[in-house]
Amino acid sequence: MPSTYEPISTQTLGSDIATVTFSSIPQTYTDLVLVSNLKHSYVGSAVVQINGLQFNSDTATNYSTTYIQGNGTAASSSRGTSNPGFTIYSSMASATSFMSQTFHIFNYTNATTYKTILFRSGNADDAGYGAVASVGLWRATPAAITRIDFVATSTYVWKTGSTFTLYGIKAA
Amino acid sequence: MQILAGVGAPAGDYQSIATTTVGVAGQTTITFSSIPATYSHLQVRYIARNSGTGDSFIAMKWIFNSDATAVYSNHYLYGNGAVTGSGATTSASSAGGDGLLGMIKDNAAGYTSMYAAGVLDILDYANTNKYKTCRLLWGEDLNGSGRVALQSANWQKTTAINRIDFSCATGDFMQYSQFALYGIKG
Repeated sequence: MPSTYEPISTQTLGSDIATVTFSSIPQTYTDLVLVSNLKHSYVGSAVVQINGLQFNSDTATNYSTTYIQGNGTAASSSRGTSNPGFTIYSSMASATSFMSQTFHIFNYTNATTYKTILFRSGNADDAGYGAVASVGLWRATPAAITRIDFVATSTYVWKTGSTFTLYGIKAA
Repeated sequence: MQILAGVGAPAGDYQSIATTTVGVAGQTTITFSSIPATYSHLQVRYIARNSGTGDSFIAMKWIFNSDATAVYSNHYLYGNGAVTGSGATTSASSAGGDGLLGMIKDNAAGYTSMYAAGVLDILDYANTNKYKTCRLLWGEDLNGSGRVALQSANWQKTTAINRIDFSCATGDFMQYSQFALYGIKG
């Protein structure tokens, strides 16, 4: 059987940056998995909404996200519709906290269907959302994904020490 | 060494076993048969869409080793963008389908090109001393509706799993639905 699940690219931030980009993504896999351990510049108990994960430089309102979260007290569910990027909900109660996230991007080379992604986030010492599972839809004219931008929005930056690794999985 | 999402595995020990992509005619059942017993775990990654036109969610079922007797159970936790819910099903005739989840939106107008997606982990599938437990992360967003869910399922048989059949509670899988089976070595 052919081995797969291969690292494509890793970025470890040596300084604060507004956008992390994976470009020229090879079209030789079936699915992509993006694993991040990240922190943005907000510190506090509020839940921050970042519409920051974008495909192919598309900043139009083609993204929607539905999530469920548990904060240690209660579970809730909400969604964002017609946003300029997939919505990531987070809060950083501690200056040294980092969120761990795994994004599954299915059939990314398919030029026929809209793209559905699944992702999970965790932040153990968070005063806001602790555990989150989300699904997202990108409704741009179906096209293969060749670029991923992780945008911290104009308000924040991704902090030094954040890591982002993109993997490829190829089906037989 | 890489860390696999959900299941730890070194790079190179995650292998593609088989893939089915549904053609234009649609497909009632997606079958993986003669699954080799040489891995520690299995993972199925899928996108799926149902052929119905009733603007509803259709349950997706899966059974192991062609066993459709009432030896499955599941638990689930979901959010639909407004509320959360949790529940369970016991003595079911399939994993997933008799509960609320593992569902896919049908082909109603307005949802063209939108597919559900899921990652199903089947742990220690070849062990002949354990009932088999699997877990599913599943979701479908439709820009205004949809749901995301975590689900566990149990098959109360100790037989090694050598076959998996996926089907819909009603209707077929539509064109471009795709199921990919991977093996993870220990």
